[in-house]
Amino acid sequence: MKINIIGAGLAGLSAALTLAENGIKSNLISVQQSERAQSVMAEGGINACLNTMGENDKIEYHYEDTLRGGVYLADPDAVRGLCEAAPGIVKKFASLGVPFEQNENGIIQRNFGGQKKKRTAYVKSSTGKMLMTALIDEVRKYEARGMVTRYPNHSLVRLIVKENRCFGAVVQNTYTKEILSLNGAVILATGGLNGLFEGMTTGTTQNTSDAAAMLFSQGVALSNLEMIQYHPTTIGIQGKRLLISEAARGEGGRLYILRSGKPWYFMEEKYPELKNLMPRDVVSAEMVTVSSLPECDDQVYLDMTGIEKSVWKTRLSDLREQCIHYISLDPAKKPIPVSPGIHYFMGGVWVDKNHRTSVRNLYAAGECACQYHGANRLGGNSLLGAVYGGQAAAKTVMNESKENDIKADRAEENTADVSPAFARKICEILYRSLPIVRNESDMNNALSELKALKNTAENQAEMNRANLALAVVQSAIERRETRGAHKRTDYPERDDDNFKKQTVARLQNGKVEITFKEIGEDLS
Amino acid sequence: MKITVKIKRQNSPDSAPFYQTIHRECDKETSVATLIREINAENISDIEGKPVEEISWECSCLQKKCGACAMRINGIPRLACDTKIAELKSKSVTLEPLKKFPVVRDLIVDRSVMRKNLLAIHNWLESEASQSEKNVDLAYDASRCIQCGCCLEVCPNFTAGESFFGAAAFVPASRILSQLPKGKKYDLVKEYGKHIYSGCGKSLSCHNICPVGIDIEHKLSNSNAVAVWKRFFK
Repeated sequence: MKINIIGAGLAGLSAALTLAENGIKSNLISVQQSERAQSVMAEGGINACLNTMGENDKIEYHYEDTLRGGVYLADPDAVRGLCEAAPGIVKKFASLGVPFEQNENGIIQRNFGGQKKKRTAYVKSSTGKMLMTALIDEVRKYEARGMVTRYPNHSLVRLIVKENRCFGAVVQNTYTKEILSLNGAVILATGGLNGLFEGMTTGTTQNTSDAAAMLFSQGVALSNLEMIQYHPTTIGIQGKRLLISEAARGEGGRLYILRSGKPWYFMEEKYPELKNLMPRDVVSAEMVTVSSLPECDDQVYLDMTGIEKSVWKTRLSDLREQCIHYISLDPAKKPIPVSPGIHYFMGGVWVDKNHRTSVRNLYAAGECACQYHGANRLGGNSLLGAVYGGQAAAKTVMNESKENDIKADRAEENTADVSPAFARKICEILYRSLPIVRNESDMNNALSELKALKNTAENQAEMNRANLALAVVQSAIERRETRGAHKRTDYPERDDDNFKKQTVARLQNGKVEITFKEIGEDLS
Repeated sequence: MKITVKIKRQNSPDSAPFYQTIHRECDKETSVATLIREINAENISDIEGKPVEEISWECSCLQKKCGACAMRINGIPRLACDTKIAELKSKSVTLEPLKKFPVVRDLIVDRSVMRKNLLAIHNWLESEASQSEKNVDLAYDASRCIQCGCCLEVCPNFTAGESFFGAAAFVPASRILSQLPKGKKYDLVKEYGKHIYSGCGKSLSCHNICPVGIDIEHKLSNSNAVAVWKRFFK
């Protein structure tokens, strides 16, 4: 038995390692090598209840914070598994050589948004890169033993699906253009849907959303697509948004806006308990609110000038260097202008708590999957979710997958890409209609525009991307309430009676259909 | 400002390379990555009136965290996302693929030799990492390596496929070497002598080229101390 893993970022590597440690071989397929994966960009840290800070932290509190932060849209059973496994995961990374900041009590943890205890382990503001380096080296050990076979520079062309069962994947070598059919169960670890908002996110250009769009066209159900996280502190740079890690606020950074010419620390006044470290959806929405007040300026600033020298040196040196390099401002000396930017997709491929998708023998983990974060992800839970999700998916595959040898049909594979112009049009429509605070009429306009655009699609990839974009907008229209990252002017209240449910998007006969299902229930 | 962009094109590994030249107006703060993206998003012609087909290149994070976009820019290996036109101090911008790796298409080269070399020297921990205040900074700095290949491009001793593996191998190895518990014999130590120590001419041309500013000389001296001189790292 050999399992196919699509994507070699943190979730894919984690799945490969778990399989290898259990004596199961895998193919690790990725468009670029692991060092280029978006996981290397994760900055602030990884959450786990290690209770090293003398705050009497408990796994139960991590569980509660995660569910509350996600406004009760995440599967409680899955979140419990995540939080229980977290301390072991962080300790394993320490044993793999990740140089977490430590003191005599063990790994030091910092404050992060939406959490009442110091629970975020970190290596400066480069935590993702450090975890990735350690995991890449560890997986290499199993590669040498023949347990992991890497297919770098290979992209997913399609899945081999028959009667709602996955038998493998057709992939293409992007260097030689050779097409390859790989049999066996498939774990998707393809990352977030950045490509839908090309140039407007903090992520990589490699996360095109093409894999999710293709899966959607092949009948795979997607879920909670309307839940798109705007990170409060980003800055536009060439071709993208630059993330200013939540660690900046975790270490004492303060948000303010000039009100009648004087700094107003609005988060501290409005939320005296967690202040600047409220969950990201709350902070971003407040930034929109205050910057639209007539007595306030348009621009919110992040003031880090009060952070001690020693903290800059040991914990934030990389963040400081990044600001100086990209925006020519030294955050230790001057407040920096920030605004919310698209950072994470809580929704994605629908999975159950064991990471099964709607197609048998097909699993998904990491940001591409809809798991753990509900309507809003807490900082520090993405690295954790990717690692744990990869492990969980691998364990489910081991229990369920059987050898099979159905080969892909011989077909003329469609490998044409989405043109930059088509991608830009999709982005313009989505970005306009899905801001932090949304309304039905803008989204209805977007639907009409997307349908018109879909008619101009020149290849299958463009058709798929248009369908995925339609699914995102339709999901957002159908959720007629305000919850987490999905805020609406026309439905400003949370409506648990009707919408404490997962949005499910499917493509039926070429049309996007949206339904709702109870959290934790299987798909029918 | 008006610039002249000269791009080395090659359709496949076997086809003959050629240069294509474009005149272009751009802001001096524009990065080379943005320049390529803009050229690719438009239908433009070169100075001979021929259409400029989409330029093949690798790109991912756009903020010098992933190493994908390494190429030769006016003869110097660097990251396209981290190079502004103004820094080149020239109105002429020449883009070429890295020379030490086989060309796939245009500016894309096959850098898989770096991964193979790390596999060949057994670059992994054979037992639980030993971490202390002494090696934590080294582990951090070494772990920042983005495997872009710029260090190998300028190395007088490195040739892809030959026995010397260069900084792209010894920087990652320095983390592992610093974290291996003492008292055992490790494959990495043996391979290090064969593939790094014995082939390095100590030119240290790699030291200043690293796009993320890793202190490469420090990694080399520490790794040599552990692997060759059997001393604990400094």
